[in-house]
Amino acid sequence: MRIDVNVFLGGYPFSKVPGTTAQDVLAAMDRAAIDAAWVTHLPGLFWRDPPAGNAWLYETCRQFPRLHPVPAVHPGLASWPEVLREAVQRGAPAVRCDPGYFALAPAGPEMVALARAAGAAGRPVLTAVRLEDARQRHPNDVAPELPAAAVRALIRSGPDVRLIVTHADRGFIEEVHFGSTPDEARRVRWDISWIWGPPEEHLATLLRTIGPDRFVFGTGQPLRLPEVAIAKLDLLDISPDERTAIESGNASAARGGRG
Amino acid sequence: MLIDVHAHFFPERSPRSDWREYNASRLAAGERVGITVHVTSTLGTFGLMSPTYFPSPDDVVYGNDFTIGLQRRHATRIRGYACVNPNYQDHARTEIARGQAAGLIGVKLAASRRADDPLLDSVCETAARYGLPILQHIWQGRRREWPGQEASDGAELCRLAARHPKVSFILAHIGGGGDWRHTLAVVPPHANVYLDLSGSGADGGMLEACVAAVGAGRLLWGCDITMDTGWGKLRYLEHLLSVPDLELVRWKNAARIFPPGSFPTD
Repeated sequence: MRIDVNVFLGGYPFSKVPGTTAQDVLAAMDRAAIDAAWVTHLPGLFWRDPPAGNAWLYETCRQFPRLHPVPAVHPGLASWPEVLREAVQRGAPAVRCDPGYFALAPAGPEMVALARAAGAAGRPVLTAVRLEDARQRHPNDVAPELPAAAVRALIRSGPDVRLIVTHADRGFIEEVHFGSTPDEARRVRWDISWIWGPPEEHLATLLRTIGPDRFVFGTGQPLRLPEVAIAKLDLLDISPDERTAIESGNASAARGGRG
Repeated sequence: MLIDVHAHFFPERSPRSDWREYNASRLAAGERVGITVHVTSTLGTFGLMSPTYFPSPDDVVYGNDFTIGLQRRHATRIRGYACVNPNYQDHARTEIARGQAAGLIGVKLAASRRADDPLLDSVCETAARYGLPILQHIWQGRRREWPGQEASDGAELCRLAARHPKVSFILAHIGGGGDWRHTLAVVPPHANVYLDLSGSGADGGMLEACVAAVGAGRLLWGCDITMDTGWGKLRYLEHLLSVPDLELVRWKNAARIFPPGSFPTD
């Protein structure tokens, strides 16, 4: 079982990306032997009202049961509690908020309110450090990257808050993990999409120093090739149990709002 | 057969205290990926005694000695480029000749001088004399100066390539930072410019765009400092390309542009 927690559907405003329909993503999942995916409506992240893409997302996921909706919640819009309630009712494994793209302070009062409410509802908030390498972003794509300090602040904002952070590199992860108490650190999970393998061995180092229970399988497809995340795992020397945890067990645990 | 045209190993005299582990990791990962030959360059002392992209003459010699030593110790597994700094013209020519005599199979130009600068002409003429390809560090679509390097982009390399049609140029790491679309817009008419697919970038659509721009006959597989992205891209190419085209990218294009006898089954 392999669950990809970091998947998008729909076009990207800053470049032409192939393979963005649900059918295309499912074909890529077949190609890469990925069983299930947590998906977000990508165009919506750039809309004034990001949750306006959620209805399409729910309907698409209803049609394709391997896809699980991670709806966008914008805590700067007054309707956000209802958006969160609907996400819970529809069984979303997580809710998504990218404060940089939503022009919100990354650990401001809106984000704290959402993190606390989602935590109380048993849902992690999924958020990305970045969607693209800063060196290649479109000149008009100026949304700030998520700072590590914001992750530390959010996880400290309430005992039920849980986060899944995607597209983070080794330095970012270490700064948050070792800058948090053990209780805080165990409420953050990291996808592996932006962590380097050999010869730098960043992923192997993190698994040794932080532990495999903190990491989930994520690819960032279709913006990135899903084969890369699988190659990272194939280049590790880890036990089958550890690999299973990263590929599916940790995501399943996070989905239930546990540990 | 699989040739990584863009590899690096670290020498003892470098800022990395873990240089032995790093090099061992590269070789072990190469075994797992199935890399037959790593083609490596050593950029001086990688910043210990002079800047990585502006290596001093002494560091150039030290780095090339290290590369030559690697090639001797790993005779079936590692080949090397002679790295030169074109600001030291006589020294650069001498190092290319020394490296070629010691068995190095290409020239590495980092970012010591813009690629279309006239100072690079004598380096290219020397490479042509020995039949060596040139691997040029490239920032895809550079929009400003970046600290620590005098980075070139694809347009600048193509201007150099047009002046030296008998030299094969390897445009480094299409996934290594910057806007690869900027590069793909300029390279198609320059038949002596080959794209090295290495770099940490593995954007959806990038490989299709590379194939569309220059065809499989001008693509070279490589990793640079992230072997996971290299292997992931290779796996995707297995779906994207026909078997004959995949063989071109895996090794046959490299075997064509490097000197005869550079690789085991060449």
